[in-house]
Amino acid sequence: MLQLFKFKGGVKPATNKTQSVSQPIAIAPLPSHVAVPLHQSIGGTPRPIVAVGDKVLKGQKIGEADGWISAAVHAPTSGTVIHVGQQTVPHPSGLAADCVVIEPDGKDEWIERKAVDYRSLAPETVRELLREAGVVGLGGAVFPTHGKLTPAKSVPMEQLVINGAECEPFITCDDLLMRERGEEVVRGAAIFRDLLQPQKVLIGIEDNKPEAVAAMQAAVKAVGEDFEVIAVPTRYPAGGAKQLIRVLTGKEVPNGKRSTDLGVQCFNVATAYTAWRALAHGEPVISRLVTVTGNVAKPRNYEALIGTPMDELLALGEPKADTNGIIMGGPMMGFLVPDVKVPVVKATNCLIAHSDALFPPKAPEMPCIRCGECARACPHELQPFEMYWFSRAKNFGKTQEYNIFDCIECGCCSFVCPSRIPLVQYFRFAKSEIWAREKEKKASEIAKTRFEFKQFRDEREKQEKAEKLAKAAAAQAAKKAAEAAAAQATGEAAEAVPPPAAAETSPADAVKKAAIQAAMARAKAQREAAASRNTESLTAEQQQDIQAIEARRMASGLAVPAEPKAE
Amino acid sequence: MSMDFSTPPYLLKNASVTRVMTQVLLALVPAIAVYTWLIGPAILIQIAIASLAALLGEALMLKVRRQPLAPFLGDGSAIVTAWLIALVFPPLAPWWMVVVGTLFAIVVAKQLYGGLGQNPFNPAMVAFAVCIVSFPALMSQWPNQALHLGFADQFQIIFGLTPRLDALTAATPLDALKTGLKLGEGQVGVAALLANQDVYGQFAGRGWEWITLCYLLGGLWLWQRKIITWQVPTAYIGALAAISGALWLYDPAQFASPLFHLFSGGAMLGAFFIATDPVSGSTTPRGKLIFGAGAGLLTYLIRVFGGYPDGVAFAILLMNICTPLIDLYTQPPIFGMKNGK
Repeated sequence: MLQLFKFKGGVKPATNKTQSVSQPIAIAPLPSHVAVPLHQSIGGTPRPIVAVGDKVLKGQKIGEADGWISAAVHAPTSGTVIHVGQQTVPHPSGLAADCVVIEPDGKDEWIERKAVDYRSLAPETVRELLREAGVVGLGGAVFPTHGKLTPAKSVPMEQLVINGAECEPFITCDDLLMRERGEEVVRGAAIFRDLLQPQKVLIGIEDNKPEAVAAMQAAVKAVGEDFEVIAVPTRYPAGGAKQLIRVLTGKEVPNGKRSTDLGVQCFNVATAYTAWRALAHGEPVISRLVTVTGNVAKPRNYEALIGTPMDELLALGEPKADTNGIIMGGPMMGFLVPDVKVPVVKATNCLIAHSDALFPPKAPEMPCIRCGECARACPHELQPFEMYWFSRAKNFGKTQEYNIFDCIECGCCSFVCPSRIPLVQYFRFAKSEIWAREKEKKASEIAKTRFEFKQFRDEREKQEKAEKLAKAAAAQAAKKAAEAAAAQATGEAAEAVPPPAAAETSPADAVKKAAIQAAMARAKAQREAAASRNTESLTAEQQQDIQAIEARRMASGLAVPAEPKAE
Repeated sequence: MSMDFSTPPYLLKNASVTRVMTQVLLALVPAIAVYTWLIGPAILIQIAIASLAALLGEALMLKVRRQPLAPFLGDGSAIVTAWLIALVFPPLAPWWMVVVGTLFAIVVAKQLYGGLGQNPFNPAMVAFAVCIVSFPALMSQWPNQALHLGFADQFQIIFGLTPRLDALTAATPLDALKTGLKLGEGQVGVAALLANQDVYGQFAGRGWEWITLCYLLGGLWLWQRKIITWQVPTAYIGALAAISGALWLYDPAQFASPLFHLFSGGAMLGAFFIATDPVSGSTTPRGKLIFGAGAGLLTYLIRVFGGYPDGVAFAILLMNICTPLIDLYTQPPIFGMKNGK
């Protein structure tokens, strides 16, 4: 049995998971339309490669990955493109972003799917295929998976962690995925294993999901792998990549360092599943499992197409009358979507119908009493209350001294705060302010550099001009001195010699003339040499012949063609 | 700056400032019960006076500062300050002195600094310090253990309805020991003085030792409830025991035992209820150890070598001054940064 480690902090909110696990995964029916945001991963925004009116097939690429850290997006079903442009997307601020909207034709007709045996392919090709299939981290961070599949050069890969912890309350999509499609998760993990070549593969699952643990153990056995399936203590946020790595390996990945630098890498179980589907079935990521729960009559997990309007998906769960919003994600890190019609995206693991009865409005914020509960709950061992003081005071330099950028916004601090301070909000505010200022600073630095360079250039030009002037002045002086010397040397016989100006230029002219003459001579010599070479080895008869020809030519009045001979 | 409340996390733990303060008050209840039983109901009168004064002072200042009354009067913090003041003042102290102390604590030490969470000094300790400097005689008159006064007598003394007779009061056990040792000029030992059954009980002040024991039990309950952490009380008690033990071993005739010191005066109350005040105390784990140890050490030095009967208040106030510096130098390493930055 593997020795488990502990991470500091964390909280134990009511898990609320049992509601949505009683039913198996259902396939959500085709929605009225699908709006597929082009930007569904960290990195470059894919460029649309379809236009309004185009017919597309299910799985057809509609957005081309832009840059290495980017992932392609695909049509979730067959139909007609009815809009390419800005639409409200699931973002807390109600942001609009470029989407491709498709009206389904109801046939759900696939493109030609090409299964590959990834073992026969070079690792670069496999990574490229995953990028083309739009495989991204489905745990919520949506980092392009292929970008995480290159081991560090200097550090041997020790562990590959497959994250099935699913620590957020209410969410059960990974649980159901492991229960029902465990083998494909294991096969997906094997792809990652083959690319990264770790010594061990560890599958971590919170111990409140014994069915998933058993299913995964059986799946590992069935596939014939030696992966270890490990139940980890249930404590939010055990499913955070850094926390799970800590629990399973004892390694702490510091902020700003890649986990591969410590010989470990981590992927979500759903990511492994989609990687397998992409390679072994040629299916790009066009759907995902979404838990529909909260204030609904029939909580359940659905396999829903990316782009499905959230209200249509939530309607399958039959939301109760007092529902007044949709939370995308869990209640700890999720957010109320600004518009219930926003589409399901690759990061959408859960939809929670929100009601005031289920999530009572918060009591008014009280002053911080420095009780330190937040610091004890922080899984990154930060001092949230100190960061709060300085965020509130807009003393952002100090927030950075207290490592605000190590904050993963898990919400543990807000969860425990007796003063009901929305701490995470303050930290987001501080972070965005720091970013904005950093940008401004960079812009002003560029402007400053530009200005300084212009100054430098002006100065240099001035200097060059001054140097030129000085040179000219010096030449003038030398000329005058020469004149004076010449005048002295010639005395009364000055008229007999050429004028001083001519004498001045004559040496240079002479050199030039000599050079030209030498060149001409060389050319002539070459020509002559060439000409002579052609007639060098002629026999007497030939010479006679030539002479006879020349004579005839002369007789007919033709000039001696000297040049063509040399050709 | 105010923040949007419809933001994650949507799930919250059932916690509030009122809940924290209520548990602190609950932890004091056993000690108050024993106090009432052994010393008399005067403590209940003082708690009532202090609580009333605290709420009035708080309401007045909230009005002046244009702050909402309900959340801040209901948070329980003023009541905690009031109870602590009542418990550290002499039970027969005149009512106006308790009022002056409480109002100073709430108006000056707390509200003028910005109210809840903003005070650099523990308000109850400020009240004690102000009164012992301003009214040293009244602050040194503790009930004579040989006399048992009923509710009516105590009530009349507190409100000045009967003359404050010298015979009714006595020095505290700590003060009596210090004075006795001084007067004895090395001829009278600790043991002989502690033999006085009117003043001393099983291991410390008569009656007071059981109240102090209740503070310890209440404090342990707070620790078990995770309202306080172990560092401050452990360091406080450890430091006080260490220095008193060292001197006791050096000369048991002139220095009382650690047991006596731990259960005398405000040591236990200070260790569990006052030095643990999060607002004015250190917040980092190592900082709490330094804070507690410093307070314990200063308590002993002031009560044994200083001019005041007890050293808890000044010890904690002195450590309050050091808190920002202690916190600055004891920031714990963060996740992933433990093996040196």
